[in-house]
Amino acid sequence: MVFLDFEKPLEKLYEQLEKIQQVGEEGDVDVSEMLAEIEQKIKVKKKEIYSNLTGWQKVQLSRHPERPYTLYYIEQLFKTFTELHGDRKFGDDKAIVGGLAKMNGDSMVIIGHQKGINTKMRQFRNFGMANPEGYRKALRLMKLAEKFDLPVVCFIDTPGAYPGIEAEERGQAEAIARNLFEMVQLKVPILCYVIGEGASGGALGIGVGDKVFMLENTWYSVISPESCSSILWRSWDYKEQAAEALKLTADHMFEFKLIDGIVKEPLGGAHVEPENMAKALKRHIKKEISLLKEMTPEDRIQARIDKYSNMGKFIEVEPTPEPIEENSNPEE
Amino acid sequence: MGWFKRLREGIQTATKFKKETPDGLWFQCNRCKETSTFKDFKENYLKCPKCAYHARIGSHDYFDLIFDKSYEELFIQYRSSDFLEFNDLSSYQTRIEKAIEKTELNDAISVATGTVMKKPLTIAAMDFSFIGGSMGSVVGEKIAKAIDFCLEYKTPLLIISKSGGARMMESAFSLMQMAKTSAKLTQLARAKIPYFSLLTDPTTGGVSASFAMLGDINFAEPEALIGFAGPRIIKESIKQELPEGFQSSEFLLDHGFLDFIVDREDLKSTIAKLMDYLLIKAI
Repeated sequence: MVFLDFEKPLEKLYEQLEKIQQVGEEGDVDVSEMLAEIEQKIKVKKKEIYSNLTGWQKVQLSRHPERPYTLYYIEQLFKTFTELHGDRKFGDDKAIVGGLAKMNGDSMVIIGHQKGINTKMRQFRNFGMANPEGYRKALRLMKLAEKFDLPVVCFIDTPGAYPGIEAEERGQAEAIARNLFEMVQLKVPILCYVIGEGASGGALGIGVGDKVFMLENTWYSVISPESCSSILWRSWDYKEQAAEALKLTADHMFEFKLIDGIVKEPLGGAHVEPENMAKALKRHIKKEISLLKEMTPEDRIQARIDKYSNMGKFIEVEPTPEPIEENSNPEE
Repeated sequence: MGWFKRLREGIQTATKFKKETPDGLWFQCNRCKETSTFKDFKENYLKCPKCAYHARIGSHDYFDLIFDKSYEELFIQYRSSDFLEFNDLSSYQTRIEKAIEKTELNDAISVATGTVMKKPLTIAAMDFSFIGGSMGSVVGEKIAKAIDFCLEYKTPLLIISKSGGARMMESAFSLMQMAKTSAKLTQLARAKIPYFSLLTDPTTGGVSASFAMLGDINFAEPEALIGFAGPRIIKESIKQELPEGFQSSEFLLDHGFLDFIVDREDLKSTIAKLMDYLLIKAI
């Protein structure tokens, strides 16, 4: 088990638990009472820790090294899955995976950012940072879904679109912009889930949909807390403050009506009980797709445009009247 | 030991720190550093009279350059607000107030409607001087309103981008303006109303990755910085020097992301020509 800094109190309790278990296995001492006691302590401590997570702690959880990624969910959620590669223009991006899948007899197209599970794979997956061909592959698969009238499900988990020379040469900005434009008017249902990190345009590039949900311990923001700290505070040391200021948690996003709902995670995070997380996600997807299928494509598209058009907070001021010229102005 | 006691520090100010001359008299080029009279600068279509550098100019400068004579500014009632109570080294509220005071603008974009060689056009032009031309809720809303206006009055839309990207102090709200503006552009596309996107120095981040790259025609001023990630971020990420001319207008043209590059002198005639090709009738 990997313990994050704020989980340290748990680490000690788990160590104690392990020792007691060992003693129990070795001899004939009855440890059941002690075990129950320590388990109760763990339960209480967990509740205490996880019910008051700060923005930064949620960012840490969303990046937990044991957190399930897109391919894990695909394996758990679908009876069959066939991965489809390539954007048919340049190459195959490893940071975005996609393909055809079947859930309870219904076909659908799945697209998601993919991070690596070990050092070698993390490099192979470019840390979940897609190049333009990733977004173009995603769009190709969405068009395939549209042609055969299949719903699209997107899993978002990226620290951002890749900032590199080749990415710029091949039009990172255009690739993301095109996806936003096309996803708004795609005729089939689109469901989006932030399953880890939702950073900036790199997340939004596969994140425009009829319904967008966030798992409980994920974040969504215009910029990562680290980069925000570096730009606005001119130092890397203010990431905690930046995470608070950005109000990037699922609770905030839902309160702001920028997402449509939150999917609860097992206590301690999705990685603690990944199978239960996957089950909850499956139920959620099934229900949401059936709701979206009740609408006509025209209604869905109009609802999407209306939803995004309403995003934004500003004030309106009365037009200032022309200043009335008064002769009594003492300065004249 | 000196004969005189220095009473004020100001005397030591080096020449380069001296206050600039009053606005409206002189123009100092940011590239060649040469000084010209403002009159010469203006007569040269707001390019440096010495080296033709396309200086960063404001929304109203573009309106004056492009519209026939008069134009009507629209949607001036919108103001940004610090609804997240965002505080970094300064509060967002202070930043907004300072920007309004400094620039005498309402936000980082101005919308106006008028005619270009007698053909109707609506322009949304960004101001880099207003918090780096960053896109927050007001920029998104004014573009959305401009698109509604174009749909109602059947005028083509020109957006002049000049922005460092999304406005961080509005967090996810600023991010969602990318989706909002793109969503509204689908309505314009469906109505077959032309959308011209002019990219100027600089156009990066969330602005380049949404409406700026979605024009029926994408064109740029010479030597503008255009890209998704800023050059500093790319340099930090790959830890090597960037090639010469990387992310310039010319680089984007070469890689197939622009239709052409236009000199500011030909801006108006080019837009008129485009409208003529697409059968926009004079009024």
